[in-house]
Amino acid sequence: MSDNAVANSIQTEIDDNDVVLFMKGSPLLPQCGFSAAVTHVLTTLNIKFKGIDVLQDQALREGVKQFSSWPTIPQLYVKGEFVGGCDIIREMAENGELQQLFDDKGIAHA
Amino acid sequence: MTVQQTIKDKIQAALAPEHLEVINESHMHNVPPGSESHFKVIVVSTLFECKSRVERHQNVNSILADELAGSVHALSMQTHTATEWEERSRKIIKSPNCRGGSL
Repeated sequence: MSDNAVANSIQTEIDDNDVVLFMKGSPLLPQCGFSAAVTHVLTTLNIKFKGIDVLQDQALREGVKQFSSWPTIPQLYVKGEFVGGCDIIREMAENGELQQLFDDKGIAHA
Repeated sequence: MTVQQTIKDKIQAALAPEHLEVINESHMHNVPPGSESHFKVIVVSTLFECKSRVERHQNVNSILADELAGSVHALSMQTHTATEWEERSRKIIKSPNCRGGSL
């Protein structure tokens, strides 16, 4: 896939799904501690999300870094908006901001 | 010079932090002893005023772009203003343990 096609497919995923986590491994079997930590936060908040395993697709793995101007995985998108990586998600979860964000965006609990 | 020291020097020069910690967390991961592959940085700087978390992290990531493109595989960070740092009682969030993969 060309860079453009990768960017388009990322855009489609974040347009079509309210909460998308680009991660290493799957939500059931994360392959990295940082991806596991964000999965845990979302699961604890009962948030339904689509996990996309970047290890399955090298073009996507590099493409999403470009797309978000963010050099690391995981990356969380809510309603098409980039929220952050593991550190930001955990910090926001810690002080209640993440829950507030999901409420403000009208994200239903699973 | 160690990667750890390079990271420290670059952030010191770019952000003039009031508080800076660069922690080598490589031992928590599936890499050989003595590796410098996984780091956590704590940066407290007035330059973070009026910047979102994403902007702050992008700022640090761009300062360390060479390192991230090279031997540094993971960079965890906390970026605060002095007020935020005191408000959170200087608490550092513990990094997650590795899941065994070295991908």
